Amino acid sequence: MTAIDNSAALSRGSSAETVAKLSVESFKAPMVVVSMVLFFGTWQFAVWALDVQSFILPTPSAIAAQAWVDVSTGFIWPHFTRTFTEVAFGFVISVTVATILGTIIALNRAAEILFYPYILIIQTVPKVAIAPLFVIWFGFGIESKVVTAAMIAFFPMLVNIIAGLKSADERRLLLMRAYRAGPMKTYLSVRVPSMLPYMFAGMETGIIFATLGAIVGEFIGASSGLGALIVQRQAAMDTAGVFSALIFLSTMGLVLNGAVRTLKARFVYWT
Amino acid sequence: MNRMTPAHTDTALAFPAGSGQTLLDLNEVGHTYRTRDGGGVEAIRSVTEQVRKGEFISILGPSGCGKSTLLMMIAGLLPTTRGAIMLGGDPVLGPDPDNGIVLQDAVLFPWRTISRNIQLPGEIAGMPAAQRQARADELLSLVKLDGFGGAYPRELSGGMQQRAAIARSLMLSPSLLLMDEPFGALDAMTRDEMNVELKRICLEAGATVILVTHSISEAVFLSDRVMVLGNRPSTVREVVSIDAPRERGPEFVTTPEFGAYVGQLRALIGAEGEHA
Repeated sequence: MTAIDNSAALSRGSSAETVAKLSVESFKAPMVVVSMVLFFGTWQFAVWALDVQSFILPTPSAIAAQAWVDVSTGFIWPHFTRTFTEVAFGFVISVTVATILGTIIALNRAAEILFYPYILIIQTVPKVAIAPLFVIWFGFGIESKVVTAAMIAFFPMLVNIIAGLKSADERRLLLMRAYRAGPMKTYLSVRVPSMLPYMFAGMETGIIFATLGAIVGEFIGASSGLGALIVQRQAAMDTAGVFSALIFLSTMGLVLNGAVRTLKARFVYWT
Repeated sequence: MNRMTPAHTDTALAFPAGSGQTLLDLNEVGHTYRTRDGGGVEAIRSVTEQVRKGEFISILGPSGCGKSTLLMMIAGLLPTTRGAIMLGGDPVLGPDPDNGIVLQDAVLFPWRTISRNIQLPGEIAGMPAAQRQARADELLSLVKLDGFGGAYPRELSGGMQQRAAIARSLMLSPSLLLMDEPFGALDAMTRDEMNVELKRICLEAGATVILVTHSISEAVFLSDRVMVLGNRPSTVREVVSIDAPRERGPEFVTTPEFGAYVGQLRALIGAEGEHA
């Protein structure tokens, strides 16, 4: 009898919980839609009602129209691919150099002592402020943007890679020693897998920083790329055009972040 | 002799306890840890003992008495600061892949499947992949983990992980198996079960085993001889032979002789404790 009562109470409890969950979870999509309609509607209405000039704040519809023109005429693609190329190359260079230098520093105390002061000094300088130097050294072409992107993305990754390599479990290292594994085998079988979760955490920050670097590089001087386009449109008081470029930048950010997450799921499968 | 050849487990039972030749010879072995201020902490003063091929020896003592230190020296992972260790007639100067090692925790590699964890020592030794795979399958069934070769460590319970660690230690058919409180992290019931399993596995694999433990009943249940270490700096207080049949089931712990041995060892350790 009591068992039946209990199970009835239990099922009542769980169904009440389900209702509570339903009330938020099942309305997730409608809630987002309503919120966005309200947000953009208010924006649209406010600009019209307050008679805000379009070069100060364009209406969402004007921005959408501009974005559609940018896409349908194919105008945006050279800029998009240019910036994408800069970010991708900068990021790959950054990961490669950070992995090599991180390995040297993490495994060699002398290298750590030698390199650390420089790393500290460079880390305290706002990297954006170094970008003009790269234009002097590497010119107004794509190279200075790639280098700026690589430079800004570099430190979060280096720091994470060093921490990851040092996080290798002492007992696993002891086992490798007991079985007389060579340094390369130990590095690949223990240190690198221990590093990967840290490295991908660094890469998630790094890819955002690389985008930032490419845009800063383009701001300083470029004829092509989304950052260059923003500067050109800003000079022309084409505010809707600036917003349109921002939409494509954020799309790029989503794509790149998704790529890093996909790689992470592929390589850090055991956590 | 090729040390990589898998043991013929069917011949292993032919080793009666202690009838073989001396495998391990500890001669006045001691270790003093250097401290930062230039001084030293003497963990082990002097241990002299011989271990014969096929024997199961437990090193028993209070925590902090240097049991693990002694084991690490035998493994060649820690240098002796005093005396000498001879293994199979050669001085121990560094780690030897012919020793199998099991630590307190399983210390598996979470990014490797159980089978590839077990194969690790073979991989390092350069054993061909097919041979490694076959040996791993053999060991998986020895430790009763058939079918779990493709699983990842996180999918296994603590006891199962420790079985995998034991299988890994047997990968290269070691002539000496060194275990540092291998079941210390397990709950009491799993621990008892693992002791029965370990006894069976060791008899089947025919390995000489040195087990570090602070559990008296574990030492009595598993060992041919129990070496009791005193407090730091340690010396061998006494070596107790457990004269019971080598094949022991769980019923052994209910026998009066088991109780007598446990009492004798407890008195030895207790007496030591009073001196401290």
